[in-house]
Amino acid sequence: MALLVLRRLVQTALILLGVAAITFLLLYALPADPARMIAGRSATAQTVANIRRELGLDQPLLVQFWAYLQGIVHGDLGRSYAQKTDVGSLIAARIPATLVLMAAGILVEVLLGLTFGIIAALRRGGAVDRVVMMASFVGVSAPQFVVALLLLYVFAVTLGWFPMSGFGTPAHVVLPAATLGILGAGWYARMVRSAMIDVLNQDYVRTARAKGLSSARIILRHALPNAMLPIIAMIGIDIGQFMGGVVVVEAVYGWPGIGQLAWQAIQQVDIPIIMGVTLVSALAIVLGNLVADIIAPLIDPRIRAR
Amino acid sequence: MFKSWLRNTTIATVLALTPLPSFAQDTPQQGGDIIVTYKDDIATLDPAIGYDWVNWSMIKSLYSRLMDYEPGTANLIPSLAETFGVSDDGLTYTFKLRKGVKFTNGREVVASDVKYSIERAVNPKTQGPGAGFFGSIKGYEDVTGGKTTTLEGIAAPDDSTVIFHLSRPDATFLHVLAINFASVVPNEAVEAAGGDFGKKPVGSGTFVLKDWTIGQHLVFERNPDYFVKDMPYIDKFTVEVGQEPLVALLRLQKGEVDIAGDGIPPAKFLEIKNSADGPKMIVDGEQLQTGYITLNTKVKPLDNLKVRQALNMAINKDRITRILNGRATAANQPLPPLMPGYDKSFTGYAYDVEKAKALLAEAGFPTGFETVLYSTNTDPQPRIAQAIQQDLAAVGVKAEVRALAQANVIAAGGTEGEAPMIWSGGMAWIADFPDPSNFYGPILGCSGAVAGGWNWSWYCNQDIDKRAVAADSMSDPAKVAERSATWGKIFTDIMADAPWIPLINERRVVAKSLRMGGADNIYIDPTRVINYDAIYVKQ
Repeated sequence: MALLVLRRLVQTALILLGVAAITFLLLYALPADPARMIAGRSATAQTVANIRRELGLDQPLLVQFWAYLQGIVHGDLGRSYAQKTDVGSLIAARIPATLVLMAAGILVEVLLGLTFGIIAALRRGGAVDRVVMMASFVGVSAPQFVVALLLLYVFAVTLGWFPMSGFGTPAHVVLPAATLGILGAGWYARMVRSAMIDVLNQDYVRTARAKGLSSARIILRHALPNAMLPIIAMIGIDIGQFMGGVVVVEAVYGWPGIGQLAWQAIQQVDIPIIMGVTLVSALAIVLGNLVADIIAPLIDPRIRAR
Repeated sequence: MFKSWLRNTTIATVLALTPLPSFAQDTPQQGGDIIVTYKDDIATLDPAIGYDWVNWSMIKSLYSRLMDYEPGTANLIPSLAETFGVSDDGLTYTFKLRKGVKFTNGREVVASDVKYSIERAVNPKTQGPGAGFFGSIKGYEDVTGGKTTTLEGIAAPDDSTVIFHLSRPDATFLHVLAINFASVVPNEAVEAAGGDFGKKPVGSGTFVLKDWTIGQHLVFERNPDYFVKDMPYIDKFTVEVGQEPLVALLRLQKGEVDIAGDGIPPAKFLEIKNSADGPKMIVDGEQLQTGYITLNTKVKPLDNLKVRQALNMAINKDRITRILNGRATAANQPLPPLMPGYDKSFTGYAYDVEKAKALLAEAGFPTGFETVLYSTNTDPQPRIAQAIQQDLAAVGVKAEVRALAQANVIAAGGTEGEAPMIWSGGMAWIADFPDPSNFYGPILGCSGAVAGGWNWSWYCNQDIDKRAVAADSMSDPAKVAERSATWGKIFTDIMADAPWIPLINERRVVAKSLRMGGADNIYIDPTRVINYDAIYVKQ
């Protein structure tokens, strides 16, 4: 286990370096000049040149990248071009809301996905199965924007059960998390269904049935843990994805997550913020997968043996 | 020596202004907390750096400047200055400061603060966009060139006197002292903020920033010590950011929000307008804005005057105003109608497909030609670009539409020989200050026709440039009308060269709750968008 973690940490560092290099090169290769975006329209050519020099944008790309890497090693993600503030603190201010929405969204996804996946697996081929699979198909294909606005309109505007927008109380997180949950649950339901069907056909399940165990016990104690593996892996991926920001859901519900920060930075060519968010999100994907890899053998001893 | 005219009457002017005819029925009242929403986060509240239309009005209210405008108008009035005078040659401006004005940190505002603040805005280290506005102050080049950090042309002989020495007469100089970049800031607060002054602002304006929760909200409270008595009216405004315009509108209709800063999404406009209380919630006003298509005079065949004139006749501008639900009017000259110097009698190029075809044939393109039209990629700009594309096709010109992110369009425009035509929608010129010269230099003058500039027509007419310099030297206040007319003629003469297709003057739309009072021109103030100093809550 220690070896796995160590190996993964080295991999993580290499992946982050690769992500940083590629993002950096792409951003600076774009035909858009951050200095001119800051300088605005009335600026003279000299003002633009001065801003470019002060930002270090007149330096060769490799020099700039090296300076950026040195900053990262010292925990400094640089300063935002547009906001003239430390990128680290801007991202840090967005982390709590991002984490809350990530956790709540994954919780809803998994609860819905497990419930309907198990039901569908048990009623395989029946009407219930078909309805669940159809619903999951609609769920995974629905545009975020539509689902978010629909929930907002019904539960916040019309019924007034939840606040329309903002962050702070548990009530605020319900609709954004429900949106993410509804959209993502379909993937989980399909995954759980096929894994369960697979497991339910295995000999040990038949043995358990023959022993006369209750079907609830068979499903929850014997079948489900073995069907959980792909789910754990999916949660790992979702952690990374949600940490990168869920732009549309954040926008509709005025959720102060990292996605809004990234979206605005992209429009302003605020490269230090884009770089920072990209790195945080890459780090989250790698860590999410690492956690999944660590948890998997705890659930399924066969992996540990390998 | 000085042609001095005393204006001790600032307060009287401001107060006299309030009973504007359109809201004569209710008088402004003191008090009230309101909520304002915006989609984008507030970038910075540093007056030397902030330069977008959202933070512009907040910076206006956080700080004060030597000069300002009567709310809702383009009329200059002394603000931090009590009196001022201009020398006969237009090269020396002397200001006497109001006594007893305090920064919100408690210290009195003195003349050296004015000098410091402008030097800070010009200093390259500040990385501010506004340095160029102060180009007429003596010693400007030495500061931007990095030779020194103090402007030779600003003197503060005593605590209440500031003298500016200019290197050339500059008729716009009083406007320059009223723009945000000239806001007065206390040196000690800038230093204490350690490079983060934009998040920890200290000024002497109508409001004080009480709280800023990044990504969520900013709370502004009235400055009880503001030097104009009974200003502002509201006690507090909270700006909630990250709010989708559509949701902000729903919240406004429910009474949770007082001003939806981003206005009304095009898809909802007619629905709101036709609802029972709709008309009372919509503020729809003219702004100092012109939307245009640049015709690159350095790209073939647009280098041919006849071709540019033909294209000017080919566009159905009324159809484009319909795409915008009528929230715009057709334009025929670079200046918007609200700008001094706008020529009402000028007719420009009328829409005439047959004449356009004939002119193209005359120019040697009887079957038209192929070209590229750039546009930004946010709605409704690509739709407008498509309408332009169809109109061009009707005269035989096949234009490929390239809808790109704003930064990429700006980069293409500033690269010589790159973009034949650009539709300016989404980045159209909105005046920095209400003076016609502001529509010339960077976007139509020779100085802007450089790599990285904003003169995307790459139009450079030396004769016009000379006339522009002459007009800007007319700094005698008695000649204001004459100067405006001179400028007006410059712009209509430019149209003879047809470097632009002036398309539309877009109006701004703000949505406000029923309890908000104040005339429309307070919500779409020509110099600051929403004028937080002048809006009020009806009791």
